[in-house]
Amino acid sequence: MARHRHAVATALLAALPLAALALFFVYPVAGMVGRGFVPDGRFEPGAVLEVLARPRVHRVLWFTLWSAAAGTLLSLVLGLPTAYALHRLRFPGRDLLRAVVVVPFVLPTVVVGVAFRQLIAPSGPLGGLGLDGSAVAIVAALAFFNVSVVVRTVGTFWESMDPRREEAAAALGATPWQVLRTVTLPALRPGIVSAASVVFLFCSTAFGVVLTMGGLRYANVETEIYLLTTQELDLTAAAALSVLQLLVVTGLLVLAARVRRSPPAARTARLLPRPRWTHAPVLLWTALTLVLLLAPLASLVAASLRRGEDWGLENYRALATTGADNALLVPVTEALVTSLEVALVAASLALLLGTVVAYLVSRPGGGRPRQLLDGVFMLPLGVSAVTVGFGFLVTLDRPPLDLRSSSLLVPVAQAMVALPLVVRTVAPVLRSVDDRQRQAAASLGAGPLRVLATVDVPAAWRALLAAAGFGFAVSLGEFGATSFLARDDDPTLPVVIYRLIGRPGAENFGMAMAASVVLAATTTAVMLAVQRLRGGSVGVL
Amino acid sequence: MALRVEGLSVRFEGTAVVDDVDLGLAAGSVLAVLGPSGCGKSTLLRTIAGLERPAAGRVLLEGRDLARVPTHRRGFALMFQDGQLFEHLDVAGNVGYPLRLRRRGRQERRRRVAELLDLVGLGGYDARLPTTLSGGERQRVALARALAVEPRLLLLDEPLSALDRGLRERLAADLHDILRAAGVTAVLVTHDQEEAFAVADTMAVMREGRLVQQGSLADVWAHPVDGWTARFLGYAEVLDGDRARTFRRLVAPDASWEAVALRRSALRLDPRGSLEATVEEARLTPELVRLRLDVDGLGVLPGVASPAAVVRAGERVRVSLDPARTAPLPGPA
Ligand SMILES: Nc1ncnc2c1ncn2[C@@H]1O[C@H](COP(=O)(O)OP(=O)(O)OP(=O)(O)O)[C@@H](O)[C@H]1O
Ligand SMILES: [Mg+2]
Repeated sequence: MARHRHAVATALLAALPLAALALFFVYPVAGMVGRGFVPDGRFEPGAVLEVLARPRVHRVLWFTLWSAAAGTLLSLVLGLPTAYALHRLRFPGRDLLRAVVVVPFVLPTVVVGVAFRQLIAPSGPLGGLGLDGSAVAIVAALAFFNVSVVVRTVGTFWESMDPRREEAAAALGATPWQVLRTVTLPALRPGIVSAASVVFLFCSTAFGVVLTMGGLRYANVETEIYLLTTQELDLTAAAALSVLQLLVVTGLLVLAARVRRSPPAARTARLLPRPRWTHAPVLLWTALTLVLLLAPLASLVAASLRRGEDWGLENYRALATTGADNALLVPVTEALVTSLEVALVAASLALLLGTVVAYLVSRPGGGRPRQLLDGVFMLPLGVSAVTVGFGFLVTLDRPPLDLRSSSLLVPVAQAMVALPLVVRTVAPVLRSVDDRQRQAAASLGAGPLRVLATVDVPAAWRALLAAAGFGFAVSLGEFGATSFLARDDDPTLPVVIYRLIGRPGAENFGMAMAASVVLAATTTAVMLAVQRLRGGSVGVL
Repeated sequence: MALRVEGLSVRFEGTAVVDDVDLGLAAGSVLAVLGPSGCGKSTLLRTIAGLERPAAGRVLLEGRDLARVPTHRRGFALMFQDGQLFEHLDVAGNVGYPLRLRRRGRQERRRRVAELLDLVGLGGYDARLPTTLSGGERQRVALARALAVEPRLLLLDEPLSALDRGLRERLAADLHDILRAAGVTAVLVTHDQEEAFAVADTMAVMREGRLVQQGSLADVWAHPVDGWTARFLGYAEVLDGDRARTFRRLVAPDASWEAVALRRSALRLDPRGSLEATVEEARLTPELVRLRLDVDGLGVLPGVASPAAVVRAGERVRVSLDPARTAPLPGPA
């Protein structure tokens, strides 16, 4: 009887996020895909298959694969030694450096694209290398983003690894290199594989970076979907690519979930060693990585302070205007306010839904239905944000649900994008609560709500705040879906930046730089606050 | 002396965790370093292994200073409380690990692994994964791995502490025999005196980073240097001042010591005994009855009676004293 009631309550609780997902994710995506498969009211799968045979599509697929693979590799090469230095050694300023490493990951993709272009543009500090518009630059930007994923994921593994295992090997006669090869790397393998698969996922679905840096020469699946829908109006091809992407990414996610293992619980906190001279190569490599991470940002800041040959705050003052030749319909400051408002709503929505999901999937027991629920809410990670955005546009524009003019359109779409990250942040923390604590509380006379309030909430409130902040940051930088949905007279900051760099004139370019700095600073501030609160790790990180 | 430690000090953040320690160990013998939790035993062991750097002092093996020899060239083996098996390798892989490091041939490896697994009583366990082993089995595998290349010195950090009592006793006896059979020189650190007694030949007692006593098992046990050491070794009571003098008059009127340690069994219920006492408390344990006695002239002291005896609190009884179960202390209580 009690069991039965419990099941009903669970089902009711699950209904809310499931309904939201169905309405604001499955329905739009299905609508967009359906349009491609059923043009003019007839089901034409042949047309879709024909798309996959196009040489241009082959080029796009090939570029997506190899740029993602190269980006992943570069992230690992830069990130692994850095993970060691920042998570296995102890030196002054280490915590600050850990925070610095996270910054790129939360930067809006458009900002990263702009920062890189600024760095390597013929007029930029690295202009001499001739990298502007090259694939090398794109790969570097992808790695720039994802080094932090490697450092954090592998770093937590490394940190919780008992150093005595390596010491035992050394005592048995293993040289440092042999210890690394035969003990450390095998023990880190789950962390490395998990980081690599997540990074590959992010690289292969990167949108803002490739769009701003790829120019006309390079497109990946994500930007190609965007071009096909917005420029060429070839919905069949866009739908075909969306479905292909959905399949591949879902496969990747399943694979990643298989290998993903939470790091072993940290052992008795031992003081980490201070660096010795034998650590010099690792420390140098880390310093190099940090310089590579900071260079684009520094160059972005520098560019924002310059107009032509003059230095000053001119570009920042211009943010109150609509740009040269009225490039924009509203001043950038207004777009910033819009961004903040939208992010607030989106983060609240994502937090509400995500917490319910996290609560449900973290209940002990539950078996298959729980796993399924967990998987279903990861789906937004696998679907191109562009598809979601366009789907919103084509499905939510008429009854039964006409949200075209609703101010909720953008926040709802962004909440869907942020949802998996919220679940990923909160669920592990709830899951890590030993169920016997709940049983102990219950045996002492606490009802279910009381158990929740006295056991789960105290354990998870940091994670909840972190998830809220993370959702906020993701929403601030969201570009893929927003680029479709934001109205011209009410755009968000990333949309404005993208528009500004597409317009001629030093003034508009300078404004884009200044706006990028403002956006980057805002997201960084939010993330640093989150970092302070963070108990475990954030999201997929 | 195979191993010598001279004036060794290790500091963490300014505090001396190991403080001016001297040790000596003959080839083929087993030394137990016994001390309470946090006294610096593990740090001493890790420094001998080359995993920590001494602030002062030297570690010498066969007369050679090891200061510039990194851990992996010392030819030692280190075994931890929880084994630290390599989870990604099976049992044979773990035991064969040091052999592979030394590029021994496959044939030889297989033979030696089988030999070692037999030695530790795990013949046929080759293909098992560490996660499927019980605690005792894991420790046996760790021991086999440590012995695989005949280390010049085997360092054991509380190798049996994680095991339950029965298993610990059995494995301690096995460890004693295995170490002798392998003929290795070994240093064992532990906080458990029974483990030390079961496995080692000589013993060093450590307190707050310093060695307070060193000698053969029998010697340390019979002549603890002070009250703290006596209590730590398991003596039940230490007397000093007037009580010690009264006690001295009873057992050794000519001696001059000022403090004495008593084992619980020093006083025994005995109708022909020379002392009279009132029983304050009697508690039955599996092997004997533990008593708390108010001995006339000496005050409250522990004692024992055979389980057959019927004793009740409040009863007047006679007790005898066994001087062999007492230890006069040269130092203060
Ligand atoms: N890396 C380190 N940095 C700072 N202090 C340390 C470090 N390692 C150990 N200590 C401190 O040194 C002291 C001795 O530690 P050690 O591990 O040697 O004790 P132990 O005798 O082995 O204790 P136990 O029986 O609990 O294992 C402790 O107070 C410990 O906190
Ligand atoms: Mg210890």
